[in-house]
Amino acid sequence: MDGHGYLNLETLWFALIGVMWVGYFFLEGFDFGVGVLLPFLGRDDTDRRVLINTIGPVWDGNEVWLIVAGGATFAAFPEWYATLFSGFYLALFLILAALIFRGVAFEFRGKDRSPKWRAWWDRAIFWGSAIPALLWGVAFANILRGVPIDANHEWVGSFFDLLNPYALLGGLTSFLLFTLHGGVFLTLRTEGELRDRARSVARMLALPAAAAVLAFLAWTFFGIRESNGVKPGGTSLLAIVAVVAAMWLVRRRVDRWAFVATGLSIVLIMATIFMDLYPRVMPSSLGSANDLTVWNASSAHYTLKVMTIVALIFTPLVLAYQGWTYWVFRKRVRREDVGDGQPTETPA
Amino acid sequence: MDSLDLSRWQFAVTIAFHFMFVPLSIGLVFIVAAMQTAWYRTKNETYLRMTRFWGKLFLINFALGIVTGLVQEFQFGMNWSTYSRFVGDVFGAPLAIEGLLAFFLESTFLGLWIFGWKRLSPRLHLATIWIVAFGTVLSALFILAANSWMQHPVGYEVNPVTGRAEMHDFLAMLTNSTLFTQFPHTVLAALTTGGMFVVGVSSYHLIRKHETDMFLRSIAFGLVVALIATVGVAVSGDQQAKMVARQQPMKMAAAEALWETESGAGLSLFVVTDMGDRRNSIEIRIPKLLSLLATNRLNGTVEGINDLQAEYEKQYGPGSYVPVVPVVYWAFRLMVGAGLLMILFTAIGLWLFRRRRLEGARWFHRLAPWGIALPLAANILGWTVTEMGRQPWVVYGLLKTDEAVSPSVGTAFVLATLIGFTLIYGVLASIDVFLLARFSRTGPEPVEAAARDAY
Repeated sequence: MDGHGYLNLETLWFALIGVMWVGYFFLEGFDFGVGVLLPFLGRDDTDRRVLINTIGPVWDGNEVWLIVAGGATFAAFPEWYATLFSGFYLALFLILAALIFRGVAFEFRGKDRSPKWRAWWDRAIFWGSAIPALLWGVAFANILRGVPIDANHEWVGSFFDLLNPYALLGGLTSFLLFTLHGGVFLTLRTEGELRDRARSVARMLALPAAAAVLAFLAWTFFGIRESNGVKPGGTSLLAIVAVVAAMWLVRRRVDRWAFVATGLSIVLIMATIFMDLYPRVMPSSLGSANDLTVWNASSAHYTLKVMTIVALIFTPLVLAYQGWTYWVFRKRVRREDVGDGQPTETPA
Repeated sequence: MDSLDLSRWQFAVTIAFHFMFVPLSIGLVFIVAAMQTAWYRTKNETYLRMTRFWGKLFLINFALGIVTGLVQEFQFGMNWSTYSRFVGDVFGAPLAIEGLLAFFLESTFLGLWIFGWKRLSPRLHLATIWIVAFGTVLSALFILAANSWMQHPVGYEVNPVTGRAEMHDFLAMLTNSTLFTQFPHTVLAALTTGGMFVVGVSSYHLIRKHETDMFLRSIAFGLVVALIATVGVAVSGDQQAKMVARQQPMKMAAAEALWETESGAGLSLFVVTDMGDRRNSIEIRIPKLLSLLATNRLNGTVEGINDLQAEYEKQYGPGSYVPVVPVVYWAFRLMVGAGLLMILFTAIGLWLFRRRRLEGARWFHRLAPWGIALPLAANILGWTVTEMGRQPWVVYGLLKTDEAVSPSVGTAFVLATLIGFTLIYGVLASIDVFLLARFSRTGPEPVEAAARDAY
């Protein structure tokens, strides 16, 4: 503990960054899920438009959680930001490329009526959702497992160091869990046949997702070097309970609670990862002397203080208006609702 | 080329693409908000159709601004990890705050604006677009506070133990004198970009006598915004030049290709520079004008490149402190030239409009669509002066660019992502331009459709 206890700005910012990632994965988790399920649930163009419109008003705001998590890491833990982003260079490039195509696809897809045009952008939405859903899991599993970092906090590994079995299991877990989360989200936001299809795909996904979560957490608990900080055993157990509950609730068609359960399992898995890390932010696989911790990776106190004040004032405000947006768009999206985003031809 | 050069190219390519879209978005959102306000006040449905037409073009463009912005935030850590370690304390804070204060606001309320036509009251719906507009300016403020710190570091100390820059006065960063000229200059340039775009597209339709009423109203919006904004850009640019002459004399000297310190220095119109011999082989100057512009006095002293180089070697040790003079010089000339051309063009346009002769001024409408390119080019050229003129520094006087790059990222990786980003951006920019051109030409939706989707 370095004699610091928990009540200090470094720990607070570590926790806040954890909360931002939780917010990001909870929210964009279902966006990703909707994107992955798009080609499977959408039978025709109207279906696909409905599916996209369920996240249309919110996906962009959801993605800002990633920007803020990145920015906060830069400001509060420059060493963590620098080592992580330069170390995971290619993986982050792939994630960025995917997110670029996906974001643009939402806007561009409706701008032409040709089926070929729309099919291309639908592909961009699918891959643009599937790749980050997978790679974020790989990334966080690697962070927790430890990566080659030398005494100067520089990454000394290769790209293939990231592709170890534990990390790949992490990727599979995030991919399945986000897809399930998205499927359950759709049962809340669509109706009729589309909703039935969303339910049945969620039922199909629930077991493999739960199995992956179980395997990942078991490997984490028994196989991953722990710090001397917080023991996340209880949280892991709760995460397992949540995902099993999700499986059961999906089968019972209690959609609302099923969504709460998939969301909770995302929250609790991230909590497990962050608690297991603490006080490290990026452990080194080359020996704990090289670990990046909340103490040796952080900014000076003045910066943390300024950031804390800003965050305390504005985070509640953000949560309030983002919450309000979900309230405004609470109604299910129906087939009749989706217009054709086509330009109207001008009279000659 | 090594990973340093490639990383610099990648930053240049990605930021240039990013800044093609962003100013247009900022400019358009204000114009769209003004149009929607006109509709809200007058209930004249022409204003509704204008809002929806220009709003659609704004949205096509906005999407690319967002996704290319994400790359910029990641890139500091990916390619410039030494920089990030050194400045994260200071530079990271405005970036994080930009996200929390501005990006959430923009993205959330934009979603409400796009999908909220029927769900929100007209008043509330109007408020959402103004909040988006406010968000874009807030975002500009924080990102420019970060950039201003790189030009003119204030409110920090270098910790002698860690060797890292640490913030000790956040307010000093937000009240950085550089920010006071850079912020209005950039935001007004964005408004110019939006205004010139509206003028260009409106002209395209006016010459074809298509929807004359609507596009005459639109062009009036565009001309007023663009004229006021370009004049403002010129005024703030003049202020900024004086500031640069004081804070970064080397940048000013390079922008003027002034090799030797002079009192009563002339303003250069044309030079052929000789970087090897550090002089100009050919030059044409207007006497005294540079001194007047840079110092407000006819015989004021403007420092030259060679004298500054000698001074900096004494201060910072051996090495070259000279930026690539011809690039900075010509970027500056072309930017100013584009600006003056825009002032002239929009002034004539507004004069014709007032005399009710604009509608028939075919020559004007033929030129105006080409005018869209002027602010876009000037924006990029301006940043070229700002960023290349600061070289070899990444943070002026504190950290050199060649010391800032990520040591752990191999050349092959940077080459791969440079090619990757260039291809992706190239493809998406082409599609963006194609869509903008198509929807611009198609014109507005009929009044019934606009009304159906709006309420």
